[in-house]
Amino acid sequence: MAVNIIIFGQLTDITGEQNLVVSDVNDTDQLITKLNKMFPAIAGAKFVIAVNKQVISENTILNNNSTIALLPPFSGG
Amino acid sequence: MNSKFSYERYSRQTLLKGFGEAGQEKLLRAKVLVIGAGGLGCPVLQYLAAAGVGTLGIVDNDTVSLSNLHRQPLYSTTDIGLFKSETAAKKLGELNPDIRFNIYNERLTSANALEILAPFDIIVDGSDNFATRYLVNDACILLDKPLVYGAVSQFEGQIAIFNFHSSNNIPAVNYRDLFPQPPKENEVLNCAEAGVLGVLPGIIGTMQANETIKLITGIGKPLINSLLTFNALNNQSYEINLHANPITRSLIPATKEDFESMNYECVCSAERSPREIDIARFDELIASSDTILIDVREPNELPVVTEFKHDRVPLSILKQALIETDAGAIVVFCQSGKRSLEAAEYLFELNNKTRNVYSLRGGILQWKQYHQKKETV
Repeated sequence: MAVNIIIFGQLTDITGEQNLVVSDVNDTDQLITKLNKMFPAIAGAKFVIAVNKQVISENTILNNNSTIALLPPFSGG
Repeated sequence: MNSKFSYERYSRQTLLKGFGEAGQEKLLRAKVLVIGAGGLGCPVLQYLAAAGVGTLGIVDNDTVSLSNLHRQPLYSTTDIGLFKSETAAKKLGELNPDIRFNIYNERLTSANALEILAPFDIIVDGSDNFATRYLVNDACILLDKPLVYGAVSQFEGQIAIFNFHSSNNIPAVNYRDLFPQPPKENEVLNCAEAGVLGVLPGIIGTMQANETIKLITGIGKPLINSLLTFNALNNQSYEINLHANPITRSLIPATKEDFESMNYECVCSAERSPREIDIARFDELIASSDTILIDVREPNELPVVTEFKHDRVPLSILKQALIETDAGAIVVFCQSGKRSLEAAEYLFELNNKTRNVYSLRGGILQWKQYHQKKETV
């Protein structure tokens, strides 16, 4: 199973890419654990997670081809 | 039609289906407060003044500086050093003399926010820091005012409407439903001066003005309970749905007294590290011959520091470089104090916590500003 990740803002400085495909993850907790291994600096960053365009606040089951957005806060004006 | 406004000035929008003279009357009666007259605030103010929003409040205590002009074209080179709130009101008054301007040439704090926000119907956030963003969000909830939010970083922007009660009984969402707590300094990457494409706040601010006009006139589908992200590099926009989070309420001050006793500046900065020093201590260390000073910014970063002798070792190579010195104190600095704190913590650990390693809190920009102001006093 593979899910699509869209990365926003300065989180792309960590991942180097705006779009990633991650396989073998069943829920958002597993996804974050996997991303922390792939990009250790992600663990120290603040962001919200949206699954298929809905912001989530707890562990959420993912389906094949789910789209997950990682959005950091912006402060600039 | 109200004879007080010129039919001709607004004729191209009153022609619009669903807008009409009724929409124009609503705009003329509306009172909108814009927090910050910078990159976002300028286009918001320009389009709201042009559209005929009857009363516009402007909160900003900053002055125009040369590095503002690439993204704040409301101001001119000859305006450098002048107060933004006053300069903006003067220029906007020339654009549309029908508008009444309320100028607040002060920094928004928990002590003055409720009084400043109270007379307005809609609040537009064009601020440039988390402390003000959380303060404005909480004040809007206490006063029950809709908030048109916008923020930018590098090439991307976010827009949303918070605290707007729709008729469909869905609970109104606020900024804390998205980000409950302000980030600590080390959770927002790099220095705040990561840069911004000049046209980007122009786009996002104009979208905030558009959402404000939609809210006032009741046309279209405003971004209520959604967050729109726009990327200027690839023109992609991404809209996500937000939901009220039950824990959020507990984070928002319940009363005016609770709000006024909140220190948003403090909540929004990381706990002070023992590595951090203020400008006064920094200046003492500059004067000492037993200090080595290191600029950890990248080689191309401005402003260049000519005021004191220092070495340059960018943070990106600091961890590979060997810093050999017998100096009693190692003092690092960067643009805003974030990268230098990281460098200081690293060097402190590297030396088994035995050396005096310090980071300039607020960075070289604040240091330069402080000394410029001191000179002009």
